[in-house]
Parts: sequence; structure tokens; C-alpha cells
Amino acid sequence: MKYTEEHEWLRPEEDNIVTVGITAHAAEQLGDVVFVELPDVGKTVSKDDEVVVIESVKAASDILAPVDGEIVEVNEAIVEEPGKVNDDPEGDAWFFKIQVEDLSALDELMDDAAYKDFIG
Amino acid sequence: MAGRDDDDANARYAHLETRDICGCGVPHGPGEHHHHHHHANPAQSAQSNAGGASDEEDGPKRTPLHALHVELGAKMVDFAGWDMPVQFPMGVMKEHQHTREKAGLFDVSHMGQVVLRSRQADVAEALERLVPADVSGLKEGRQRYALLTNEAGGIEDDLMVANRGDHLFLVVNAARAEADIALLRAGLEPEVTVKVLENRALLALQGPAAEAVLAELAPEVRDMKFMDVATVELDGAEAWVSRSGYTGEDGYEISVPAQAAEGLARKLLDHPDVAPIGLGARDSLRLEAGLCLYGHDIDTESSPVEAGLAWAIGKARRPGGARAGGYPGADRTSRELDGGGARKRVGLKPTGRAPMREGVVIYDDETGDSPVGRVTSGGFGPTVGGPVAMGYVPAASATPGTTLWGEVRGKRMPVEVVALPFVSPGFKR
Repeated sequence: MKYTEEHEWLRPEEDNIVTVGITAHAAEQLGDVVFVELPDVGKTVSKDDEVVVIESVKAASDILAPVDGEIVEVNEAIVEEPGKVNDDPEGDAWFFKIQVEDLSALDELMDDAAYKDFIG
Repeated sequence: MAGRDDDDANARYAHLETRDICGCGVPHGPGEHHHHHHHANPAQSAQSNAGGASDEEDGPKRTPLHALHVELGAKMVDFAGWDMPVQFPMGVMKEHQHTREKAGLFDVSHMGQVVLRSRQADVAEALERLVPADVSGLKEGRQRYALLTNEAGGIEDDLMVANRGDHLFLVVNAARAEADIALLRAGLEPEVTVKVLENRALLALQGPAAEAVLAELAPEVRDMKFMDVATVELDGAEAWVSRSGYTGEDGYEISVPAQAAEGLARKLLDHPDVAPIGLGARDSLRLEAGLCLYGHDIDTESSPVEAGLAWAIGKARRPGGARAGGYPGADRTSRELDGGGARKRVGLKPTGRAPMREGVVIYDDETGDSPVGRVTSGGFGPTVGGPVAMGYVPAASATPGTTLWGEVRGKRMPVEVVALPFVSPGFKR
């Protein structure tokens, strides 16, 4: 698993597909999630594009695309039940799957230990 | 993840980065931005100063319950110059639901408590020079909602006025306390003494279990009706109790000497039905209850009639009444009581899932360029189970059932005008 400074986790799957979600730390800090808006499947995105809107009882925030690629699947279950993001952020409540040209784009991201360090 | 600051509508509440999250469910008006506090040294944080003094130069003030909040694991934020709990470990959603289902304990000691007293003058009559409420008609042992108005017919603050026999007891908003006190002094002194109580805390116990919980300490509170006030001994302290609140639930607001506050709070929290509740849930509870937050839903420009608060203007103070007018802005208020205001505060129920927060611009169609109104409070209503909002729209668009459009992140989304409140009140009348 890899992590961004924006508190996303990335899990490489087969065929250059990467599953993306937010970390337990981020979910905890956000508080109760009440609304999630996901991108359209098939959309091509660039790193740092706003791809997801997430709102908690407190505020709205964006999730930025962690890498360039094409959105190949989104998790409608968290649109139906945004609270799942708090219940299982690093499991069932993934946000989207993105297909990348080259998995080496993930190399510069933090690993487990580095992310733990990062959040202190 | 990044905070949204790409449009004005969201910028106000949004500055959100997960690393340094706002953590505040309370919308902030201009000049009300809060600061983050990290309690790296709990021992130091626990040095609470009763009476609201600050322990550091220019730092936020602390209520007598500050140490208890920190001990209970609250996330603290600066609200109107006070270091207040925005949420406890339970979280805003569960705190909200707990209050609706059982009972929540709120620290509202940041609010201003004021006593008006006079040997010679009729204090109620004097106060009527500043508020359109019927204060003279307020019986001993009763409380009434009132508005301080200005010459332009706008609202300077909303407040509670209680008749406690030989004096009137006022509770005003924290953010407006200084302005209100100046206004009261200018308008009432020297014939009436305006005394600001610095050494009393204010607690609110709210929810369907509030009566049973408080009655364990003082059985007589069962007999109080909505908006009754009484002096009651609670945990050995003289408490000024009113059956009222800011959640839409049955409950009590309890003024106690600062040194008695923590003991009483602990005693109430010992009850299995009571949980501590922060400002975040206080905001979502009052929003669902359709109650105004000063500086957001009402301000110096909005009038009582526009705000849907005409009920706070006593019959005796209306045109044709025994003591008609005689308060600031009476001309505009009287005119609007007759013909209505140009705009009206309404409930707004987004038909989709996306919350419409304060600042969202309202249009009367999906494509037109001219805004018709603006959301003044909005968010997610945990009891409603979806987004809820309030805002001002033209009188012609204020009929429940009207479909309007709110622009969220550049997209127009339908929103229905609905009658307030969103959740029916649980008051014991």
C-alpha cells in the first residue's frame, strides 16, 4: 500500500489498476461522512485534479487524483451509505479504481512506515 | 484531500486539510474565524479560570467547565473568543442523535448573563424601549424570547428575558454580548442598573430524558412548563432554571455559580442517559429545529418579520396595541407586520444528497443569471437523514412546495421550500 500527503491510500491491483481510498486517519479527522460524489467511469484525469467531493458533518473537502490515469470503476456503495467511509475506510469503503500507464508513478509515494511518520 | 476554497460559497467554512482540520461544525461569520488549539500539555490546559478570564494574553476565554471538557477528550475551538468544545469523542452525529433520543449536556457558559434591576423605575417598561417583545406582560416565573432591534428595523441580537420577581434576567449571545451590554447601558442607565454576571456558568440539559434526569436532583422541575423559570437547589447550589433550550427538544437551561458548575456537570454526566455535547451538534440540532443563529440567519439588516420572528413581537407592541411601537425600527416593523417583508426566511430542503451550506446562492430556475436568495445556515441533518438548510428568498418564492435551485460547486441543484422546523419540537407546554 502507498500513501499520499493528501491522506489517500493506493493499492496496486492487476492490469495497472490502482484502488484508491482515504486513510483511517483522514476518516477520523473528517468526522461523520454524510455525502460523497464520485467521478464518472471512463473519465481521464491528471494528477491533482479534483475527482471526489466528500462532505462530513463539519465541512466539504476534495480528493485529488493521486496519479494520471482513467477512472475504471467507482464504489457506488459509499454514495448510498457515506457512513461506510468512517466504518471501513481502508477496506470496503474504497473510492475509485484508476488505470495508470505506468505503475512506477507510485514509486515516489510514501510507504506504510513513511506515512505513519508523516501523521506523527 | 484538500479544503475547498474554490468558491465563495464554500470558502467560509471549508479551509479544511486533514492534517489541520477545522473540526468545527459551527459556521463562522466574517471576523469570527477560529483558531486551533492543541492541548499538548493537558495539565496546563486544565487550569480553568472561573468567570471566563483568559490565562494567556489575548487567548480565548475559558468557561468554568473547560478542564472537564479537556478531560472528557473534547476537540476545542475558539468560538466568539471562547475556547469551547466543538465535539467530544462520540462525534457530532452520535451526539446529535443522543440528544434527540436521551439527553445531552451543553456548556453554554460563553453566553452573556445580565441582570436588570431598578429601585424606582419599571424595568420591564424600560426594556421595552429596546425590544418589541411584550416584557410588561411577562409574568413572574416566565421567560420570553426577545429581539434587540436597531433604528433601521434590523436585529442587533436575539435573547431570552426572564421575569425573576425583583429583576429581569437576560441571556444574550456570546458573540454579541459586548455590543448588547453597551446597548443596554446606553438605553437604560442610570434609571436601571445593568449588571453583567461574570461568575455564573450556564449549562443546558436537552432531550426527552432531561426531565427525569434533572428531577432526580430537584423533583420540582417536573412541574415546570415550557418557558417557566424557577430558582432550584441543585447539588447544593442555587440554580436559576428555565425550561427552554436551543435544540427543539424538551429540556432546561441552568445558571449556577461558577464554582458549582463542574460538580453539577459531573453529577448530571454520571446519569447513564446523559452525554456531553459540543457546539457541532448544537448547531445541527438548532438547524433542524428551525432556530436562528445570530450573525447568520438574522443580523443587523434582517428584520423580525423577514426572519419569521413576528411572533416575538407582543400584541401590545403592535399597531393598535396598548403600548404600540416605542422600540428602535418600529416604523419598518409595523409596516412589515401589515404588508409583509420583501424577503422571507424559509426552510430549504435540497432534494438531492449534497448539503447546501451557508453562502450557497439560490436561483428560481435552473439556468437564469439572477440570484433570488442565499442560504444562511445549512448542512446535514442527522435526524432528518439528509441535507437541511435555511435562507432568505423573495416573498413570492416563499410558499412551501416551491422548487428553487441552489448552486453547489458550479452546479444547480433543486431545493424545495419547506415549512420550519424540520423536526417537530418536543416541548412540554
